[in-house]
Amino acid sequence: MEQEITTRVKPISAPADMAAMKEQCKAALERRKICFRVCAGTACIAGGSLDVYEELKNQIQQRGIDVNVELLFEGGETEAGASTSGCHGFCQMGPLVRVEPQGTFYNKVKVDDVPNIISATLEEQGVVEELLFENQDGTRATTEKEVPFYAGQKRIVLGGCGTINPEDIRNYFAVDGYQALAKCLREMSPEDVVEEVKKSGLRGRGGGGFPAGRKWESAAKAIGRPKYIICNADEGDPGAFMDRSLIEGNPQSVIEGMIISAYGVGAKYGVVYVRAEYPLAVTRLFKAIDQARDYGLLGNNIMGTGFDFDIEVFQGAGAFVCGESSALRASIEGLPGEPTAKYDHATDKGLWEKPTVLNNVETFANVPIIINKGADWYASMGTDNSKGTKVFSLVGNIVNTGLIEVEMGTTLRKIIFDIGGGIPDGKKFKAVQTGGPSGGCLPADKLDMPVDFDQLKEAGSMMGSGGMIVMDEGACVVNVAKYFIEFCNDESCGKCISCRDGSAALLDILDRICEGEGREEDLETMEDLCHCIDDASMCGLGTSLPNPVLSTLQYFRDEYLAHIKDKNCPAKVCKPLFTYEVITDNCKMCGLCFRNCPSDAVIWKKKEVAEIIQDKCVKCGICKEVCKFGAVE
Amino acid sequence: MVTFTLNGKELEVKEGTTILEVAREQGINIPTLCYHEEMSAYGACRLCLVEVVKRGWPSIQPACLYPAQNGIEVNTDTERVRKSRKILLELYLARSPDSQAIIDIAKEYGVRDTRFKLKESERSECILCGLCVRACAEISKRHAISFAHRGSKRMIQTPFAELADTCVGCQACAFVCPTGVIKIDEAD
Repeated sequence: MEQEITTRVKPISAPADMAAMKEQCKAALERRKICFRVCAGTACIAGGSLDVYEELKNQIQQRGIDVNVELLFEGGETEAGASTSGCHGFCQMGPLVRVEPQGTFYNKVKVDDVPNIISATLEEQGVVEELLFENQDGTRATTEKEVPFYAGQKRIVLGGCGTINPEDIRNYFAVDGYQALAKCLREMSPEDVVEEVKKSGLRGRGGGGFPAGRKWESAAKAIGRPKYIICNADEGDPGAFMDRSLIEGNPQSVIEGMIISAYGVGAKYGVVYVRAEYPLAVTRLFKAIDQARDYGLLGNNIMGTGFDFDIEVFQGAGAFVCGESSALRASIEGLPGEPTAKYDHATDKGLWEKPTVLNNVETFANVPIIINKGADWYASMGTDNSKGTKVFSLVGNIVNTGLIEVEMGTTLRKIIFDIGGGIPDGKKFKAVQTGGPSGGCLPADKLDMPVDFDQLKEAGSMMGSGGMIVMDEGACVVNVAKYFIEFCNDESCGKCISCRDGSAALLDILDRICEGEGREEDLETMEDLCHCIDDASMCGLGTSLPNPVLSTLQYFRDEYLAHIKDKNCPAKVCKPLFTYEVITDNCKMCGLCFRNCPSDAVIWKKKEVAEIIQDKCVKCGICKEVCKFGAVE
Repeated sequence: MVTFTLNGKELEVKEGTTILEVAREQGINIPTLCYHEEMSAYGACRLCLVEVVKRGWPSIQPACLYPAQNGIEVNTDTERVRKSRKILLELYLARSPDSQAIIDIAKEYGVRDTRFKLKESERSECILCGLCVRACAEISKRHAISFAHRGSKRMIQTPFAELADTCVGCQACAFVCPTGVIKIDEAD
């Protein structure tokens, strides 16, 4: 990665010094006339972006240009340089490279493309046409703004992700970093800070949607000492990567949010509870905390104001349930990660029985923006009861997989079809699962629903932390419900019988339906069991685990009935419930199915119609896929 | 002291008293499998569920853990409570079909059969109530057994599944076990 900050830094000694710091860092980075910004989010790194970055650096150096960043901060200037950043969001098209300040946006960049990019930019002042994003009509988009994926978004929390180097705090300073904290320490009392966050209408982004300001207010009023700030980064929903990307892309914004929260409620200690399975996020977090300490933004006497606050990182060992607040606290305290009953508010008796504010990564990342731009500005975005924006990870059967941010109240249709680019391969949209395993599966007639906390809940789903899994007509909802129940059964801590054995019993019924052995009374039995699991379980994992079953039963009951009554899986997913046959009239006797069948289940001779032996068929569907004449159904 | 209503009767009790403690004192029967008055409440068996109305909001809560609070209304035997208990008992019957203790409680609620099926590996006479774990930790203070694994794989185990050298053979675990699944081997 880029060079470490080697020069000894001078800590910020007064909040008023932050303005000068910003100008200094901004000016330094602008002395690099051209910067090739390479995405170093997890997905682009997997696609080889770090090799692209190294090659860019090498080739710039070969032209006799010094790429050492420190040079800029010592007052020098350079013609060009390369830098990494966090996730740009458009993971589908990675590795991504942006040329700054022009904004030329290249996708699917390979090491071999680097010479072209360099010469086009540095010599010809042009662009490499074939690496630009290609619109559906064949035209090319030069900058991100022209790409439909970005055009429909409002990237506020993600603003820094993809534009700054997350491993160098001076990049964050250059884009208003720590100005919000300086403002708080200079001109706002702790009460003002809490009031501002309350006024903004910010609701917790971890799933519950509890108003963050009200939580802070209770903790500020609580009597116990010391007080704690916990950042919940134990993101575990399948297909969700919002928190990971935020920490990887702009860790300082999360840290600044935590410091402001600590100032508001009077806390001295903070903990980031992050999954150990997020190695890149963990590394960048440690680096970010160290750098913040070096600049006197964490530790004792922050910005010379006498305010003390420091952050520790706690790495979770991989249990999904530890994202639940009481289990998370137990885990930090060295106890088994098991939820306990909560009749006292965590803001009175949380971690170590002391007043605790626990918020999600994205919630904290919103805070500096609210302080900088004001609560009124923030509250002007969104719907009546859900303000601001929301980050979603858009995955599944969708053209543009990636990390997006939209204003609250944006419709599912806009998210999936305008930003997400719709369903690939000309298939039809079937359902979208919002809110992870605890959320619900919403059908096509809910597409025009504005997405906010309350609307999703009313529709039988939930906001959750922001995972959005899109399914096309090839998905079987019974199988989808089965997948999520299996996940919850695996991840249940096992304390309450309702959650542990209840999910196992649900799984048994769903398994049976998928095997073609469903009975009509199963649907009522599942509904009974689901309501009991919801009522009887202790924590959020248990009470919300029935949602995938209940929502699919509500919106796709016919599909369950097709499995049970007609012994038919309409989506052709549940293997015992369908067969492949050759349609004799369509068969041109080419033998493609015979040659491609992996289990020797096709009998064919030249000039003879093929035949599928059902006993040998493993229902992989390859014969149907390869047949050019639609002769296999 | 706090004042609240239990099954329509207004009561004044010491702050911190749980609904279960008050109910037992009042002679109201609430079934439990994981509760013992000599040990801390755990809230795993879920049978002691009651309906609590707090500031107009009804919810289902475990009586063994839920503290009596000013102004709340508690009902121990509503339709919703009975329905949940019956389904829980069906789950218990699916888990431990041969346990007499389970069969007896189920019978009280008119539950003779279960609609649910668990895999062989998920069935056990151990209902994971954790009474043995608490008896060992809180009464005998030996900490020789604990929960291991999670979800359907959860089980009671000694450290590293080896003979626990802190075990003194006091048999407290076997004594409190509601289903009698812990057997004492006199030879060792």
